[in-house]
Amino acid sequence: MSPIITAMLVMACLGLVMSLFLGIAAKIFYVYVDPRVEEISDILPGANCGGCGYAGCSDYAEAIVKGEAPPNKCVAGGENVIEAVCAIMGVKATLEERKVTKIFCRGDNEKARRDFKYLGAEDCYAAILLTGGDKSCKYGCVGLGSCVKACPFGGITMGENGLPVINEDMCTGCGSCVEACPRNIPKLVPVSQKVAALCCSLDTGKMVKSVCSVGCIGCGICQKKCPEGAITMVDSLPRIDVKKCTGCLECVEKCPTKAMACLFPGVKTEAEDKQEKEAADAA
Amino acid sequence: MGNYILMMVTAIFANNILLIRFLGNCPFVGVSTSLDSAIGMSGAALFVNVLSSCITWMLYSFVLVPLELEYLKTVVFILVIASLVQLVEIILQKTAPALYRSLGIYLPLITTNCMIFGVAVLNVQQKHTFMQTLVYSIATAIGFDLALLILAGIRERFSLGRIPPLFQGFPVALITAGLMGLCFFGFVGLGQ
Repeated sequence: MSPIITAMLVMACLGLVMSLFLGIAAKIFYVYVDPRVEEISDILPGANCGGCGYAGCSDYAEAIVKGEAPPNKCVAGGENVIEAVCAIMGVKATLEERKVTKIFCRGDNEKARRDFKYLGAEDCYAAILLTGGDKSCKYGCVGLGSCVKACPFGGITMGENGLPVINEDMCTGCGSCVEACPRNIPKLVPVSQKVAALCCSLDTGKMVKSVCSVGCIGCGICQKKCPEGAITMVDSLPRIDVKKCTGCLECVEKCPTKAMACLFPGVKTEAEDKQEKEAADAA
Repeated sequence: MGNYILMMVTAIFANNILLIRFLGNCPFVGVSTSLDSAIGMSGAALFVNVLSSCITWMLYSFVLVPLELEYLKTVVFILVIASLVQLVEIILQKTAPALYRSLGIYLPLITTNCMIFGVAVLNVQQKHTFMQTLVYSIATAIGFDLALLILAGIRERFSLGRIPPLFQGFPVALITAGLMGLCFFGFVGLGQ
């Protein structure tokens, strides 16, 4: 037999045997997978951010099909994804209000005092191990960008003043940064929330004043001045009841340290307006 | 017995498959970003390397050599390795879903790993016996795992270091790999 024919025969036999083995194995070891799992996995963003509480998008898809998870938990995908998933599962879409992350600290390089200059590893946890970070305030943002690295959507950048800046168009509210922060500085708030005290300090007022010019001193003026009674003081920090808040910005204007802030960048208080006008006039 | 130990030491250190022979370098750089994925890859590589080396050796000795078709070994080995990985994947998915999920993407990736094919060819080139093939394939895979895990451990620390922007990511990984290669070069002469 000529070598060419032998070679062809051997290869053909080998191919046949291999495909036979694979075919038999595929039949014997067949695993039934609900086709909806794949459909839902395709629709989900695939960022594996963990905002739904599952390890990844495919895990969540499996949980939905099994009925263990509600189909409206994908915060990263937003309305369209939730509606599509609900359509596959044959249920009506119920949407929860979108949440975005805000940085609950305004103590940037100018406003917050520092005890020493930190030149160690670029990681918030590492810095905190060293006497609680370089900032005098032990509740404030360390500013080394653990949240920036944690954001699966690239929605956080480190600002020039040493505080992270959140791009709200890119923020899906998955909460990855909330988990990554050793001090819980990023917090999820409903998009409709108008004001918030951007400070996490539980120190006494005197202590806060000595380390940061924009910290909340827990004076409670906002609580007294709020015409709707939407603010309560909890642990020396104001809590805002989103349902009662009308967005009059009275609290923002009356706050002595400017820790209370309006969350919409476009809206300004009268005092701020006035200041800007004066500055413009002076120029 | 002494010969086998010598063979293992040589294959793990002096002739490390990644750092001295430069086989299978794609996962060395690609999968070494975190220790978790490196461990997954290590397990999968060890598993497939031993299995495919044994089967290709048998096929070569009992089919190709008697038929004088040694020149077909490249095609045959690739065919065997590819279908073997596929087979293992199918079986694992049913019998050990946890292992299947932890190996994940690395199992199919190994099909195209140069190390698996390289070891299969080296075995027949150096005219190993079956026992030698078994020991050699285990040793090369251990060498692969060792280098991969060391690099992954080092690279995990990079995420905290202040590395100049120009060197972040792959450049610093390649420099590290180069330095590791130099270190392993120190083992040359150990087994001879």
